[in-house]
Amino acid sequence: MKPILIHGGRLLDPAAGVDAAKDLLLKDGRVAEIASPGKLKAPADAEVFDASGLVVAPGLVDIHVHLREPGQAHKETIASGTAAAAAGGFTSLAAMANTSPVNDSPEITRWMQAPERGAQVRVFPIVAATRGFKGEVINDYAALKAAGAVAVSDDGLPILKDGVMREALAAAARVGLAVIQHAEDTRMTEGCSMNAGPVAFKLGLRGMPSEAESQIVERDIRLVAELNELRPHYHVAHISTAAAMAAVRQARRNGLRVSCEVAPHHFLLTDEHVAEYNTHAKMCPPLRSAKDRDAMIEAILDGVVDCIATDHAPHAAHEKEVEFERAPNGITGLETSLGLCLEWLHHQWKMPLGRVIGLMSAQPAALLNLKGRGTLAVGSFADCVIFDPNAEWVFKAAESKSKSRNTPFDGWTMRGKVRWTISEGRVAYKN
Amino acid sequence: MAMPASSTARPRLRTPSAPQPPFPHHPGSAISIGHFSLAEITRLLRRAHLLNNEDPIERSKRLAKRRVALLFYEASTRTRTSFELAAKSLGMDTTLVSNLSSSIEKGESLKDTGLTLRALGAEAIILRHNASGAPYVLEQFTDLPVLNAGDGRHEHPSQALLDLLTMLAHLSPAHASGEAALTAESLKGVTVSIVGDILHSRVARSNLLLLPQLGAEVVLSGPPELLPEDAALIAPNVGVERNFELALQRSQVVMLLRIQSERLAGLNVDLDEYKTRYQLDERRLARLAPEAIVLHPGPIIRGLELTAAVADGPQSKILEQVHNGVRIRMALIERAFAALDAQGKGANQ
Repeated sequence: MKPILIHGGRLLDPAAGVDAAKDLLLKDGRVAEIASPGKLKAPADAEVFDASGLVVAPGLVDIHVHLREPGQAHKETIASGTAAAAAGGFTSLAAMANTSPVNDSPEITRWMQAPERGAQVRVFPIVAATRGFKGEVINDYAALKAAGAVAVSDDGLPILKDGVMREALAAAARVGLAVIQHAEDTRMTEGCSMNAGPVAFKLGLRGMPSEAESQIVERDIRLVAELNELRPHYHVAHISTAAAMAAVRQARRNGLRVSCEVAPHHFLLTDEHVAEYNTHAKMCPPLRSAKDRDAMIEAILDGVVDCIATDHAPHAAHEKEVEFERAPNGITGLETSLGLCLEWLHHQWKMPLGRVIGLMSAQPAALLNLKGRGTLAVGSFADCVIFDPNAEWVFKAAESKSKSRNTPFDGWTMRGKVRWTISEGRVAYKN
Repeated sequence: MAMPASSTARPRLRTPSAPQPPFPHHPGSAISIGHFSLAEITRLLRRAHLLNNEDPIERSKRLAKRRVALLFYEASTRTRTSFELAAKSLGMDTTLVSNLSSSIEKGESLKDTGLTLRALGAEAIILRHNASGAPYVLEQFTDLPVLNAGDGRHEHPSQALLDLLTMLAHLSPAHASGEAALTAESLKGVTVSIVGDILHSRVARSNLLLLPQLGAEVVLSGPPELLPEDAALIAPNVGVERNFELALQRSQVVMLLRIQSERLAGLNVDLDEYKTRYQLDERRLARLAPEAIVLHPGPIIRGLELTAAVADGPQSKILEQVHNGVRIRMALIERAFAALDAQGKGANQ
């Protein structure tokens, strides 16, 4: 692997508090040197990247993706999903466990990380919180952590039973892992395919009430408070309702170790985007009301939200080309997240660029304790995204690197064009 | 995890706008009543009137040997027969595909079933489906005009049109024949109450979207389990009145709906209590709405939402509705094929 010298760019590394013109030398998969412009001498064999006018930022971290391997390679593979990630500026992905079979063993956890998978960027497995996703018996978190697990979650399904959730929180706390909850009281959402409200009524679809999310989050926060001596880390996946966000806000005021992620579709879209049964606007949790969407924006701008996560959930075209109620939940997101966050959070809503990048790199890396990720400090992994922060472009789903095309953002104007994505010193994407 | 800054009032932020109608549809399709302008509905009523009065032999030459498929995923007596008779009256070849005697049972998707029917020569498809929104899927992948004969809990536009025709025949005959153009005031001063299982009713939704466009006031009545407050939010001039007698008292038209027992799973509805509060019986009708007409999309369950005496009584126009259905559906089929021919995608292609 050749060393890489990146010069002329604006280094933006929120974790290190850097926002300045700097040159970087990447060597042996690590950040070797950082210096003022023109001060670094490139080794003879180095590749030299001219980053003039571009931002050089830590490779982005997405702690919520579905890579569909093992078992559902017709939707996505680790190779295709990570190629899409690289195109979107991501260098670290935490992959959910709802594969087939469910990832609840050290064997599958290791299999996912094996070089044979052809990953273009680093994949960190999240393992099932309960055996077989059944919500009954918790897994051996210590063994799973040793195999490379970075968190536990039954994402796709909630951990419903109080006792099981309490046990999961305590056991995960003992080994230093977060419990990521898919907060949906499935007893209230059976047969539902979108958010409850006037739009669902008009379309004649059963609606999921926002309480189905908020009541689980509230229950979980009570358990976290009861177990606070163990300092369990509770993370709410894809939070989507104002009520759940209010509960998270309060829990943090109370000093509990509670975090949350918001997906771009939940801070940009509402249930009105389902329009005439667009299955590319169907996911779980569903697109919510404008009030909920506004609460997501407010919480992101206020700093209550810890990170942006895509919930990248690829599905084959034929699976989505069906009656709305029969379509599977989920949309792709890896190639649109940065473009949407830069356009809306930064350009439209004036969040400083460093904070946007922090929400997509340093903060998610810190949540899952991904050492040496989400920063470009000397000695950290040479995970890097170089992008033009102002370039406008139009996302075309047909050109996606993902195996699937199920996105509501086809044809949307994006901001911030990725030029290079470097994963551990290797160019994973170039444009 | 940083502590949040206290939230202060922010100026309203610009957010991405949701897709707005009109969405692209085949000009011959009839999926949602919301897609029809008042001018189009006037034209349909006029064509329905003329086709109904036309010599049957002449009429049967209009679409002679053209092909329409009836694709039915749910049981139906009235709607299916009505569409079929309408098509045959226009001289068409019809074929019926039902989920119980076709490859649908073997797991064929709606898209593939639609493409198969198109390859067999169907130029338009009349669809009854148990999933809301299914006609959009069929239209999208076949690019044929799709006539919605009822989809899930979503809509039943031909029913709303025949309901309208029945109402107009009693309230404003010139409008019923399409002689006078419909306007936003054609039903001004008219209150229509829709009573019962609004939640599960595609007929209610289509009527809710149509009647206020003509100036009518719509009053919904039923218990909360069957009538969520959200119902009143989908169109203007729609209100909820839980007290059936108060709703009845204001109404020139009472539209009753069947309790869809097959969809009641998990809902806590006491049928005896329902009858006490919402059943339309002779006494209530005579006392509170002696001039009103009574409509029902069928099938009626005598002794539940209405008594036999009301169903068979002089104010009941239920069979008139059924009768009016055929001419409305002739007009809808004619419209679909006119659109096809205008596109140059007719039988000769």
